[in-house]
Amino acid sequence: MTDATLENAPHAFVRRETLEQQAPPLSVAGPVAWIRNNLFSGPVNSFMTLICIYVVATSLPDLVRFYFLDAVWSGTNRDACLADKVGRPVGACWAYIGDRFQYFIYGSYPVTQRWRVNIVFVMFALGVVWMLWDRAPLKKVGAFFFFVLLPLGAYVLLLGGANAEGFLRWAILLTLALAALYLVLSFAPGLARFWTPASLLEVELAAAPMQRFYRPKRLILLALVVFGLIAIVADRAGLPRVDTGLWGGMMVTFLIAAVGIVFSLPLGVVLALGRRSRLPIIQLLSVIFIEFVRGVPLITVLFMANTMLPLFVPQEYSPDRLLRPLIGVALFAAAYMAEVIRGGLQAIPKGQYEGAMSLGLGYWQMMRLIILPQALRIVIPGIVNTFIGLFKDTTLVTIVGIFDFLRTIEATLVDPTWATPTTRATGYAFAAIFYFLCCWGMSRYSIAVEKRLAAGQRR
Amino acid sequence: MTSIPTETAQPGKASLFYDPKIRGYVYQLALLGLVAFLVWSAASNAIENLRAQKIASGFGFWHNAAGFDVNQKLIPFSASGSTYGQAFWVGLLNTLLVASIGIVLSTFLGFFVGVARLSSNWVLAKLAMIYVEVIRNLPLLLQLFFWYNAVLKPLPDARNSIALPGSIFLNNRGLILPNPQFGPAFQAVVIAFFIAVVVAIVFYRWSKKQQARTGTQYPNGLITLALIFGVPLLVFFLAGSPLSFELPQQGRFNLTGGLQIFPEFVALLIGLTTYTAGFIAEVVRAGILAVSKGQTEAANALGLRAGPTLKLVVIPQAMRVIIPPLTSNYLNLTKNSSLAVAIGYPDLVQVFTGTVLNQTGQAVEVVAITMAVYLTISLVTSLFMNIYNKRMALVER
Repeated sequence: MTDATLENAPHAFVRRETLEQQAPPLSVAGPVAWIRNNLFSGPVNSFMTLICIYVVATSLPDLVRFYFLDAVWSGTNRDACLADKVGRPVGACWAYIGDRFQYFIYGSYPVTQRWRVNIVFVMFALGVVWMLWDRAPLKKVGAFFFFVLLPLGAYVLLLGGANAEGFLRWAILLTLALAALYLVLSFAPGLARFWTPASLLEVELAAAPMQRFYRPKRLILLALVVFGLIAIVADRAGLPRVDTGLWGGMMVTFLIAAVGIVFSLPLGVVLALGRRSRLPIIQLLSVIFIEFVRGVPLITVLFMANTMLPLFVPQEYSPDRLLRPLIGVALFAAAYMAEVIRGGLQAIPKGQYEGAMSLGLGYWQMMRLIILPQALRIVIPGIVNTFIGLFKDTTLVTIVGIFDFLRTIEATLVDPTWATPTTRATGYAFAAIFYFLCCWGMSRYSIAVEKRLAAGQRR
Repeated sequence: MTSIPTETAQPGKASLFYDPKIRGYVYQLALLGLVAFLVWSAASNAIENLRAQKIASGFGFWHNAAGFDVNQKLIPFSASGSTYGQAFWVGLLNTLLVASIGIVLSTFLGFFVGVARLSSNWVLAKLAMIYVEVIRNLPLLLQLFFWYNAVLKPLPDARNSIALPGSIFLNNRGLILPNPQFGPAFQAVVIAFFIAVVVAIVFYRWSKKQQARTGTQYPNGLITLALIFGVPLLVFFLAGSPLSFELPQQGRFNLTGGLQIFPEFVALLIGLTTYTAGFIAEVVRAGILAVSKGQTEAANALGLRAGPTLKLVVIPQAMRVIIPPLTSNYLNLTKNSSLAVAIGYPDLVQVFTGTVLNQTGQAVEVVAITMAVYLTISLVTSLFMNIYNKRMALVER
């Protein structure tokens, strides 16, 4: 009906006349051309450029002056950062950060016991590098270290006291018993015939005893070594109990983040599998949990954990006040993690499932050996993103009264020792640097992983 | 093929233990039993603990006198005479207020920053990038503390208010605006506005039909603008300007009169808007990048200029990618408004889960109501956005 002909051209979008020839551009390369193309290509563009330059030129020098040139770098109390005491304009009060640095890291953890936190920090760093560094050896051992040994070790070291020591003794005994069992079984595999399928047992019997001993025992040996080290440390130093009320600072922030990831990942996998399960009740329960938790703010989950958990359990088992938000954060993160992992599961082609089934694998074997390794690999960037969100959200425990990093900064701001007009700006800048470095580092990591995983698709 | 006896094709009869169907039932029953046991034990423990602590249960507290005051209230509320139920509504309305304004503002800011990041203007693109990276990598709570404690609190007190043009004053008690006083004839303006909106919609439909039939284009945007703004303005002047402002008066010690916007509200709004805008900017950028360059080139080859290319070709396709994540960002903003509790803005969580919970001790009921409210908001929002999304989605066979 409405072909673009010259008759109806006034109503169409197309141009009717040919444009005049234009003069060639003066230059197409070099800095002048770059500036003209990128900054002043038209009136609107030039206007934008000028506004941006104005904004930068008015704010940047002030920021540099405040945080660097006029900043105070040393001093022992507020007098160092007061303009009339120093006799010059005073910017950021970095001396206050230096003075309170220990408090920001450990909170009120007893000074003589802080080496325990340091050990946990070192273990944590080791585990993180082991897990995240692409070419680190023995990834499975690393995962075992990060997800099993580190939490148990941190629990014993950080809390200390009779409970933790009893727990440690129990863990060592269990590991020793397992080691003994494996030792016996690796030299007499016939004993395992009650639960090992005959075909597998045959393979087992064919291998030399040393070979049989070598395989899964690394984890047990590692557990023994780490628990043994902790036991020696605990025995030599005698770990007095440090109540969670004294914990604070970066230590608590990292603790909440680590607990969040350690528990939300497996729980998220289970929930994601449940949501894609063909069994209606399991699916329904998973969907209800996921949608319910994702539909409410983290704060209400924290309030619930804080006020309702103690009601839901018998009085004598009332959870510790640091444990309550930990449970809340872990459940909250698990719901988000489940959706990320579900995305990965959906991205696996149906042929993979069919292939696994045609091999005769059962459901859990199929998931463990074929589907999950691929699905989790795909969604590593998504998992890291969830983790960044979780890390930022750890600040909310402030609201239910936990002394995390942000809260320790808030607490020092009202302390009269360092109360000056510029302390607040300094404290917030320090917090901003800390959170930015952590989150930005993680997002860089996820981008790098994405690039690496996309290597196969590159043309 | 020769006929094969069908019996041999059937799988061998496995024992009940390995029958997937039976196993499924067993697993589900076990899970159901576990969940039921957890719920039952939690409930019985809760009843016992509540009895031991002598905390009432049930929703009787709803009609009890509240006995506290709230600074920002959209409906009448006072320490004497108001109930916990009314406190709930005050909080809910405050939440909805900050969330709805925040959604509008963050959409504009987010679209601007997202487009700016793709701009050919190098300085603008880099500034937008820095904005997004910094905003997205800092906790919202820290940003709220920054806006509230470091920017708004240190403002001068009421006596030394900063006077802005238009009788607007800024001090540590908030932003004091001229308070609009609507005359009775103002109703006519409101009615005129709604009529204008209806007429604009009708005209838009008619002009689209006309264009489809004859190809004639009408300046839709201009006419809609003229209708929606012009007609109410005309009625406004015809009715004799039924609007006056009560200006804030600067006395010796204090500011009196005027409409006070509390610093808690301002801080929360700025924080939520800038934070969410950082995320929306990335959503918008991803959406625009998802439209392949060939589409723009094809439009140009047909002779479309930059404006129509954007409006008719790029944006409709980008919106399909943008809308779902945009929805979840709106939901996040609404849920994040609960951080108000940290800076004392009287939203639902601060008033209800904070103050009312503390006063009544009825944790189960209060937390359950709060969660139900947020769940409802989430579900309703995603319902509407899904309907919109379906309308915008690509129709495939």
